[in-house]
Amino acid sequence: MVELMNNIKHHLTDDILMGYSAGTLPEAFNLMVATHLSLCDTCRAHLEGFDAVGGALLEDDVNTVVQMDENSFAATMSLIAGGAPDSIIVTHPTGTLPAPLQDYAGGDLSAIKWKPVGMGVKQAILPTSSDASARLLFIPAGAAMPDHGHQGTEMTMVLQGAFQDEGGYFARGDVEVADADHVHTPTADINEDCICLAVSDAPLEFKGILPRIVQRFIRI
Amino acid sequence: MADADKERVLKDDKSEKRLLWVSHMTRIRDTQDKAAFAELYAHFAPRVKGFLMKSGSDASLAEECAQEVMATCWHKAHLFDPSRASVATWIFTIARNRKIDVLRKQRRPEPEELTWGPEEEPDQADILVLQEESALLGQALSDLPPAQRELIQKAYFGELSHSEIAAQTGLPLGTIKSRIRLALERLRHAMK
Repeated sequence: MVELMNNIKHHLTDDILMGYSAGTLPEAFNLMVATHLSLCDTCRAHLEGFDAVGGALLEDDVNTVVQMDENSFAATMSLIAGGAPDSIIVTHPTGTLPAPLQDYAGGDLSAIKWKPVGMGVKQAILPTSSDASARLLFIPAGAAMPDHGHQGTEMTMVLQGAFQDEGGYFARGDVEVADADHVHTPTADINEDCICLAVSDAPLEFKGILPRIVQRFIRI
Repeated sequence: MADADKERVLKDDKSEKRLLWVSHMTRIRDTQDKAAFAELYAHFAPRVKGFLMKSGSDASLAEECAQEVMATCWHKAHLFDPSRASVATWIFTIARNRKIDVLRKQRRPEPEELTWGPEEEPDQADILVLQEESALLGQALSDLPPAQRELIQKAYFGELSHSEIAAQTGLPLGTIKSRIRLALERLRHAMK
């Protein structure tokens, strides 16, 4: 099992957890939430609190009750008789990446096909629906990412190593949530190469014209 | 009867109903009890269908999905943990996942699963407290001012995006969250 982290200092925000509970987030954001929850019981309890709100709405709101068709129960019993569908078993793998992320990356860190994006930084884009994007980022120890701002919401979670920016110090399990107009320059900790999961519902904008041209080619 | 007494009766009644659903789930899990399932079905299937229709599904797709959700309740009865969720909450999460699969046509990444092993079960006292907390949360939601309650409904029925939700911090989640946290700690301990 990927170990539970009890020293996480930067957590998911209420609006993200509530969106995950309601089922309204883009797939890439759901991947971020599922990955963080695999390491963080504080957020897991928080989420299950939001699930309880959904349960209460389902239970108590009589306006949403819609009568089932005739023979509906019999149809359900024959569905049941047909046997359980293959369920997705969320295993507890060993390694650096939590299970949901290994599922998207096709394995642990050794399975990742990195693409260089300059200055020693590498990335691997993960396959999700197109309303948001998810990527793994590799930042060499001590290196800085270029200054960048955002149009939408970006979340970055540390999987290995650590980084520092205007928002504080982020180690394994910590998530930084950056909204529009938030410009930051993360620098990887000197002790170890930093690997992060980054999700965004809009492309990053880099300051300066050259990075912006490069951006079109490398899908940063 | 004084108002306070009425409220208490109402609360006890709701709490008892939740415990009844929990024992139905145990009967379905342990003895594949069809009578218990029929009662669970009569109560929850129309609610799931309504939830899916409010989330944008047409009636026939919602009917089909509600049947599948209820069949999943039967097949996955062994995964239900009454020290962490009420039956309504658990069914809500199954219906929500179905909504993402079918209506939004997306994969849904799930966190690593935490379940009691075959030899261990949650503590009865933990179950009682969590089910009561769920009833209290339901009551607190009903007592919210209508405008705020409507906003929460919109968030859950998919009419608001996450950035529009802007964190409904007025939600009375403090106690239930700490109960769930405690249940998770016990579960982690049992898994070691």
